[in-house]
Amino acid sequence: MLEKPTWKSTLRGFLYLSPALLILITFNIYPIIRSFLMSFYTDYDYFNDVVHAFGLDNFITIFQDPSFLTALKNTGVFVIGVVPISIALSLGIAVLLNNKLKLAGFFRTIYFLPFVTSVVAVAIVWSWIFHSDYGLFNYLLSWFGIDPIAWLNDPKYAMPSLIILSIWKGLGFNIIIFLAGLQSIGKQYYLAAKVDGASAWSRFTNITLPLLSPTIFFVSIISIINGFKVFDEVFALFNGRPGPANSALTVVYYIYQKFYEEWQFGLASTAAFVLFIIIFIFTIIQLIIGRRFVHYN
Amino acid sequence: MKIRLDQLTMKFDETTAVNNLSTTINDGELVSLLGPSGCGKSTTLMLLSGLYKPTSGQIYFGNQDVTKWDAEKRGIGMVFQNYALYPHLSVLKNIMFPLKMQKVPKKEAMERAKEMADLVQIGHLLDRKPGQLSGGQQQRVAIARALVKKPNVLLLDEPLSNLDARLRLEMREEIRRIQQEVGITAVFVTHDQEEALSISDRVMLMKDGIIQQDSMPQWMYKHPENEFVASFLGNPPINLLTIVKKANGYQIGNSDQLLNVPAFTLPKEDNLDVIHIGVRPEDFFVTTNGNQTFTGKIIHIETIGRDTLIRMEIGDTTIRALVDPQHDLQVGDTCRLGVSDTNIHYFNVESGQRLHPVERSMENARETNMEEHA
Repeated sequence: MLEKPTWKSTLRGFLYLSPALLILITFNIYPIIRSFLMSFYTDYDYFNDVVHAFGLDNFITIFQDPSFLTALKNTGVFVIGVVPISIALSLGIAVLLNNKLKLAGFFRTIYFLPFVTSVVAVAIVWSWIFHSDYGLFNYLLSWFGIDPIAWLNDPKYAMPSLIILSIWKGLGFNIIIFLAGLQSIGKQYYLAAKVDGASAWSRFTNITLPLLSPTIFFVSIISIINGFKVFDEVFALFNGRPGPANSALTVVYYIYQKFYEEWQFGLASTAAFVLFIIIFIFTIIQLIIGRRFVHYN
Repeated sequence: MKIRLDQLTMKFDETTAVNNLSTTINDGELVSLLGPSGCGKSTTLMLLSGLYKPTSGQIYFGNQDVTKWDAEKRGIGMVFQNYALYPHLSVLKNIMFPLKMQKVPKKEAMERAKEMADLVQIGHLLDRKPGQLSGGQQQRVAIARALVKKPNVLLLDEPLSNLDARLRLEMREEIRRIQQEVGITAVFVTHDQEEALSISDRVMLMKDGIIQQDSMPQWMYKHPENEFVASFLGNPPINLLTIVKKANGYQIGNSDQLLNVPAFTLPKEDNLDVIHIGVRPEDFFVTTNGNQTFTGKIIHIETIGRDTLIRMEIGDTTIRALVDPQHDLQVGDTCRLGVSDTNIHYFNVESGQRLHPVERSMENARETNMEEHA
């Protein structure tokens, strides 16, 4: 744009933006502001929408609530369990698929299926796979002489089950993104590296990884944010419960409980706000790390 | 290192890119693979690098059969057409990369890389990323990276085609200088005849996967082995005329002019009723002494810098000649052009092969040429 913005051109710009902006403000921006404010409602009459008192009591309350602390811990375990394995696994599969492989298109479809399938359907299938008596998983383990595990009913194994399901579910999306990234790396770098005496592994670490770093960065940010937001998988896998003995209670699940089951709108908003701050901090840390290691052309 | 190619063939599905190619490249020699696009020159280079494996035939580096070796093992340096510098590494790290792969200690690697950077005169750019360099600078980095590991052979795949005209001239002299300073055996692929003729010790002109002629640049220009070589080299292109045998000589085109043709050393069964002759535009001279070979009407005059290019009509054929601008020539004038006998090339009509006059047989001619070069 060579013209300088004038009031007239700005106004016209807003006119074009208004349809999208209107929807965004109504359904995103306004609720965000309201729930931020709501986190400070300490005495709220939601029948008449009257706030009798504001304060920081909600923050004190949730940090003294053992359920919330469990939820924080579980969410942390979930993110640490899912994100690195999911990224490494999908990167490995993407590299394999990117090589000249027979039936590559077929495999791409197979891996992408979980992404387009509804979480509920997926979770129901997996709840059968994890079934302690009839489940495929235990059957598989029995080949190696491992005794049946009550995956979904034992508090020790509920989180691992959830992590396995989520890794599998996330593969498709990550693989597609990685494949797109891999295909944008020029072939000439690999030829040059071969001539320079680089083995297949050196080519992967010296060419593929650095040139794929923007994609890896993108996928890791998205995965971490999605990891912190996990809810559907828990709800569907454990039949509307946060796992046995709260063993799969996540922060979003906690928010859901407070909001829809206990009608504690203030507490729910506070928890949401805390989650927002956590995700915000992680994203900033990633941006700082990213600036140092990610190569952009 | 001496390189020997023995009956090398490369087929891609139905097409044969390199067809039964045999040649030897001597130690320290710079050899150009020249030819039009699709002639198999780049494929030959890829075969030398090990990035392609031949369908049949052998490649020897020294006495070692390396045909089945991968590119990683061959110890070659290669400069790619688009340079293929690693975009995420600095110039220094790019040059150090082959040494890193060889697990050379970092300090030594850095010293050798800097030395090489000085040789190609980019010592002041070591911290830059490839994206911040000009085409010529990238080219130099690519050469440094190819040479830093002290390879047996340097392969250059159309290294100048991405540069502008002036830089191309400078870089080709640079490549020659660096090659001679390092004393490395080099193979240079190009489609540009001027490049090939100017910097190589030897030129191999290829077409359809077959070497058409393999000789020193000047010899190839002066003594093309066949019509393709004659017409591929030279700008403006060589004049190719058809002459037909008559009772008292050969008739030029459809005109009334006759040409005396020497006797040829050739297999008896060859038919000489019709032959092609080739004369380079610069081999003509304007004459008034009666020793002209061609007489015709000037239909076009063009002055390009120091040369005057005329087009002249003889019967139904047109020839191009570069003449001395001192002559006062006008369009429509009748012009007499002479050519010395040795500058007329004769070709068999069917095979396109060169016909060798008896008194100046090939052996004699080659000896003369050697003396000229010596």
